[in-house]
Amino acid sequence: MTMQSESRDPLLSVRDLRTWFHTFSGVVKAVNDVSFDLAQGEIMGLVGESGGGKSVVGFSILGLIDPPGRIEGGQILLDGEDLAKAPEDRLRKIRGREIAMIFQDPMTSLNPVHTIGRQMDEMLRLHTDMDEAARRRRCIEMLESVGISQAEDRLRAYPHQFSGGMRQRVVIAIAMLAHPRLIIADEPTTALDVTIQSQILKLMKRQVADHGASMILVTHDLAVVSEVVDKITVLYCGQVVERGDVRDVISAPSHPYTRGLIDSIPNPDHRQPRLSQIPGTVPDIRNLPKGCNFRDRCPRAQALCAQEEPKLAPTRQSLFAACHFPIGTGGDA
Amino acid sequence: MFAYTVKRLIQMVVVLWAVSVIVFLMMSFTGDPVFMVIPIDSSDAEIEQARRILGLDRSLTEQYFIFLGNLLQGDFGTSYVFRQPAIDLILERLPATMEIVVVAMVIATTIAIPLGVYAGANPGKPLSRLIMSGSLLGISLPGFWVGMMLIYFFAVEWRIFPSSGRGDTVEVFGVPTSLLTADGWSHVLLPAITLSVGTLAILLRITRAGMMEVSRQDYMKFARAKGVSRRGVLYGHGLRNGLIPVVTIFGLQLGDLIAFATITETIFGWPGMGKLLVDSIYRADRPVIVVYLMLVALIFVVINFLIDILYTMIDPRITVK
Repeated sequence: MTMQSESRDPLLSVRDLRTWFHTFSGVVKAVNDVSFDLAQGEIMGLVGESGGGKSVVGFSILGLIDPPGRIEGGQILLDGEDLAKAPEDRLRKIRGREIAMIFQDPMTSLNPVHTIGRQMDEMLRLHTDMDEAARRRRCIEMLESVGISQAEDRLRAYPHQFSGGMRQRVVIAIAMLAHPRLIIADEPTTALDVTIQSQILKLMKRQVADHGASMILVTHDLAVVSEVVDKITVLYCGQVVERGDVRDVISAPSHPYTRGLIDSIPNPDHRQPRLSQIPGTVPDIRNLPKGCNFRDRCPRAQALCAQEEPKLAPTRQSLFAACHFPIGTGGDA
Repeated sequence: MFAYTVKRLIQMVVVLWAVSVIVFLMMSFTGDPVFMVIPIDSSDAEIEQARRILGLDRSLTEQYFIFLGNLLQGDFGTSYVFRQPAIDLILERLPATMEIVVVAMVIATTIAIPLGVYAGANPGKPLSRLIMSGSLLGISLPGFWVGMMLIYFFAVEWRIFPSSGRGDTVEVFGVPTSLLTADGWSHVLLPAITLSVGTLAILLRITRAGMMEVSRQDYMKFARAKGVSRRGVLYGHGLRNGLIPVVTIFGLQLGDLIAFATITETIFGWPGMGKLLVDSIYRADRPVIVVYLMLVALIFVVINFLIDILYTMIDPRITVK
């Protein structure tokens, strides 16, 4: 938090993060050498299939990995402070205050036996020295700003008295209360009705912009991501396979896995007889093959892919991809 | 809420009536109480006369309706042995029993909940394993053995506490209590600890099971993501969500201890209701037994009613209908 810090310095810089789970059946390398930067005010989509390690990245940043999981190595630099090595009582001050999290299922992320008011107030009690009246005013303002009417009465209500969409609005309000600089949203719209999804996404984008915060949007849904984010990081088997600005990634990805993900989005403009999908399934992460993890499912795989693991390297425009034969470069038919 | 209370009151009357029928029938099979109240060398005429006075010459049905009629007029019958109203005999001894039961429940709860929360939140840790093994022991050990061991060590070997009887009492609003004198406490502790062992072990295991279930819930992780301390998450967010089964068992155990502290009271010579029950059974003092068991039923019904109300206070999603 130096005064002279350059504006180009990233707010968050994740370097070679490794979060492994030591299970009875072997070590699950859920996150393996993941690196990315996030600038102040930027929104990044963290994309991949289920089990790809996306959520683990989010929980690692907050230091919320429970045994048998452990951060094995790497750095999580928030304004230069390494959270991977921070003690628990320091992390506790960062959680909620500097970095807030929005969970996937609003039906279960609010405590059923406490009022909305109490759950909001708790955040302010922990992280501010506002008096009770000021905290109450702030909670009401916050509820109104996420589009909940009669906010004053709603403070006395319990979570079960709200619909799923309303609950996620409450969760967003709680996350924004202490003006955090980074929001980690873990599949925030997956559990909601399709009609509510885009409302909630727009709300989140507006809130993040209003507070000048940054956001990591963890999702398996590229369609969702493309509306909201500035840049995309694609994870596969716990590793970054492609990253770049959203426009470049969506319009012409260079990694075949990203291509597959994009092609699996139903497109109403071009009616296809069948929805395309990526063949095969994610390999057993405890027992990854030599070479490229994606090669068994990849239409472009060649002999080299079975021998050597591809490294993340620049391909075109803003894109980086971990692929020996990226799309759109030499040798492409 | 009002309708619910009325419904529960009606339910209570039905339960009490059913208990009275069952107990009355059972008692009629246990022999003729007339031989307990007359001298052993009485003549047949004297026996007949005693029967008539006690109302035992009538048919069982008649006896029952007379009993029921008296009950409705507030007459709960007179002890054959003490020649006093049975209800007075019981109520006289109720405070002594309540004393050791309340102390036992306080001991059990204050130890069981923190240990249960710890064991539930840290499964697999050595201390948790130790706690769980200890609780198994607590469930398996019979109360009378625990009582005897306590007497052996604390009263006989080390001479810290007296082995039996109730200590000095003071009257508070006309109710004698030994919880306000040092001597009283020295008498209360051993029987209360004896009573608490089983309840402590059960409450601990239920608390642990509840916390293990709750620990998996998203709102626990969400609370941690808000920056709540681990302790704050466990007690502020977790415990209340895991409390419903704990409260249920608490209620059942409370009723059980009040009603059947018999063995402990006998071992420690504690002048409570339980000892009265045992004595009355030996003496076939039918009116005391009947009233005692009806009072026990009443206590259970009232406790369960209170527990139901407690549910709605613990979990806002639960409503009474």
